[in-house]
Amino acid sequence: MAYEAANGTLGAEDVTPRRSFLVLRRLARKRLAVVALVVIVIIYLAGIFAPLVAPYGFADTDFGNTFAGPSLEHPFGTDRLGRDMLSRVIWASQTTVIISAAAILTGGLALGVTLGLLAGYAGGRVDNLIMRVADAFFGLPEILMLLLITATVRPRVENFFDKFDGWPILGGLNEAGLPDYFLIFGVLSLFGWVGMARIVRSQVLSLRETDYVMAARAAGARTPRLLFHHLLPNVSNIVIVAITFSLGAIAGTEIALTWLGIGIQPPHPSFGTMIFDASGLTTLRAHPNLMLVPAVVVASLLFSFNLLGDALNDVMNPHRR
Amino acid sequence: MQGLASYIIRRLLWAPVILLAVSLVTFGLGRFGPGDPIQILQGQYRDPEVRERIANELGYNDNFFVQYGRYMGNFVTGDLGTSLTYRGLPVADVIFPRLWVTFQYNLLALVLIFAIGLPAGIWSALRQGTWMDPFLISVFLFFASVPVLVSIPVMQWLFALKLGWLPSGGWEVREFFGIEIGVLDKRIILPLIILTLPGIAGVARYMRAQVLEVLDEDYVRTARAKGLAEFTVVSRHIARNALLPLATIMGFALVGLLGGSIFLETLLGIPGIGSYAFEAVFNRDYDSIMAIVLITSTAFVAANLVVDITYAFIDPRIRLGGGAGR
Repeated sequence: MAYEAANGTLGAEDVTPRRSFLVLRRLARKRLAVVALVVIVIIYLAGIFAPLVAPYGFADTDFGNTFAGPSLEHPFGTDRLGRDMLSRVIWASQTTVIISAAAILTGGLALGVTLGLLAGYAGGRVDNLIMRVADAFFGLPEILMLLLITATVRPRVENFFDKFDGWPILGGLNEAGLPDYFLIFGVLSLFGWVGMARIVRSQVLSLRETDYVMAARAAGARTPRLLFHHLLPNVSNIVIVAITFSLGAIAGTEIALTWLGIGIQPPHPSFGTMIFDASGLTTLRAHPNLMLVPAVVVASLLFSFNLLGDALNDVMNPHRR
Repeated sequence: MQGLASYIIRRLLWAPVILLAVSLVTFGLGRFGPGDPIQILQGQYRDPEVRERIANELGYNDNFFVQYGRYMGNFVTGDLGTSLTYRGLPVADVIFPRLWVTFQYNLLALVLIFAIGLPAGIWSALRQGTWMDPFLISVFLFFASVPVLVSIPVMQWLFALKLGWLPSGGWEVREFFGIEIGVLDKRIILPLIILTLPGIAGVARYMRAQVLEVLDEDYVRTARAKGLAEFTVVSRHIARNALLPLATIMGFALVGLLGGSIFLETLLGIPGIGSYAFEAVFNRDYDSIMAIVLITSTAFVAANLVVDITYAFIDPRIRLGGGAGR
């Protein structure tokens, strides 16, 4: 598909030279995908601007007003410590934004795309080595390994960050739970690159022998230029789809990790901590809204990512338009 | 076919290397991890002499690589070490019955996922362009979007507490010819729903894509032009060709489901490998963790090999893929 586009098989009505415009225009025709995109943007923006948007701080307790139902001051009610649920959901979105962005940038994008490009293009020994390392990671039971690794590494990371206590900026970051974020996106990217590398590699394998790559090589382009200038733009379609799906998956994994006690630590809010706090059967029976609020937000986020990824997949594949 | 043979041999030679690396890393994580298995074994008796004796008995005073070599030597001969979670029991005696438990209900869930997902995918693809196609896929995608840690407590609350239809968890076995089967009890319904619903979307989307891929092929048009019944066209000419790549994925899917069972088994009280892994990590039961990691990654590597070799049969580019600078 990318190959056709690179050769310029534009229809008569198309004067637009840029492929990304075409994709966007086709996507805009899918109403469901547009709604999904809007939901994602709202949740992400709320997360990014949490300090401005959230009506209360995430740890502001009000013991005179615990387990309150929805009211004007607290639209989503309050939890067992009287903390405002709306504010906590907004702050939890921020946690999700930070973790997903960091894990995608380091694991999926940097490592996964680079190694996938390299493996697919270089072939032979390099390919074999990269893909076998990927196999090893792929074969490990991910959740169990995340448990083991965090248990082993956490004390070391915390010791490392303890050195910065009292420093002007780093000390504050430390207080804000930086080691937790660091650990989580570290372990997530450790496993996150494998899927991306495999997808990119298989695409590059079929692009490698095409005329335009041959021509670039004949013209004397060096390997890095070939990889990032000639091959990368033509795998960007599948990279975008893969990122969309994995952004959702990472938000889900955070919940799992936090449930296991190795994710974000209280009082920092995340969807994982909120769901964990609400998931006891007695709490669930007495105060179902405590589960409902984070569950609905996180499920709509994941649902939107899945819908968007599905639509992008269709839009970018000529068979399925 | 000479290329294929050498490809298979090359891949087979890599398998033990991968497993060796995996075992070394896991063993290292265990030995350098926090927590002290000896302290757990000692219980309330904190006598340094006792400690020294236990450490010597278990060989914890030896060099790391000596320990690793001894463990792997035992592992290969079928001795998986001793469980700390179940004091004194050999790990093998604990793990294999639990693997059987997890395997049973996962296999059943997988069968259900494919039984619903395949027809749903085909149905959806054939209705491309109508509202029904995106609607059906969206419904399945929604089920895939609810985290299990939300769905498990909510389903327990709904079906066990509110409606009182199903037990909230547990595992009951019935014996048939000396084999303990647990999937015949009504306790299995809740875990099956929780496992199956999120899984359908993947299979349905995959099948839909496959069918759309072959829908435009000449042989499908020919089949239609011959005047074959629509059902025959779909089942013989479309589904069969779309199924080939899918068959190779089944093995993967089964192994993948095994990995996801930690939460389900812990929350629903199913005595399978997932809940055991969870307990083992919190008890610093490193022999058990090693065994679980090694067994699952061996299964993965095997499934991976089968998939890759099958693809190499189908697509000659894979096995002949040499360097770019040839």
